[in-house]
Amino acid sequence: MAQNQSEIRYLTPQSVETKKKKYCRFKRSGIKYIDYKDPEFLKKFLNEQGKILPRRLTGTSLKYQRQVAQAIKRARHLALLPYVTDMLK
Amino acid sequence: MNNYETVFILTPVLSEAQMKEAVEKFKSVLTNAGAKIVNEENWGLKKLAYPIEKKSTGFYELFQFDAEPEVVDTLETQFRRDERVIRFLTVKMDKYAQAYAEKRRGKIASGEIYAKKEAAPAKEAAPEIVEPNDDAE
Repeated sequence: MAQNQSEIRYLTPQSVETKKKKYCRFKRSGIKYIDYKDPEFLKKFLNEQGKILPRRLTGTSLKYQRQVAQAIKRARHLALLPYVTDMLK
Repeated sequence: MNNYETVFILTPVLSEAQMKEAVEKFKSVLTNAGAKIVNEENWGLKKLAYPIEKKSTGFYELFQFDAEPEVVDTLETQFRRDERVIRFLTVKMDKYAQAYAEKRRGKIASGEIYAKKEAAPAKEAAPEIVEPNDDAE
């Protein structure tokens, strides 16, 4: 029996407690207006398919998430950003 | 009086001169309606992110102007009637947008890097932000 006592196995890998605090980049760097004419900047808020990333991933505050969403939608209308795509990055 | 900003895309089939002529036309539409053009930018021929009317490129043009709200209607009617325009967007600018535009104009004027041909709105909006360590993925 119990010859492998030292070898402990986990079903899920042990979570390493390094939770970095998320923050709103607009609040932190004092950006008041989000430009729809700057697709390169807006790409930071899109996933590879060109979908808008949720707040829970980016950490953007609600106020600025609304503005980001608005700016992205304007950029899409002007064909600066795609509506749907694969491998945006 | 409000401050507005409009971006429109012209078809790539136009020659440079025809494109200029179309831009002049819309400029005169604005001035005739009593608007004051504050700023204009020509981003040149840019690739579209998706095809519009089977075209994959277009001439981008940006106007910033002070006008009464009715002027926007007349301008947009002209855009709709003109088949050289494949896309347009007019936005009212709040005070933050105006401050931003001011700054952006200064950068374009001084830098002169992204003045004409290159995508004018490339870098300047992102004032060196520290990446939030990739938890966005």
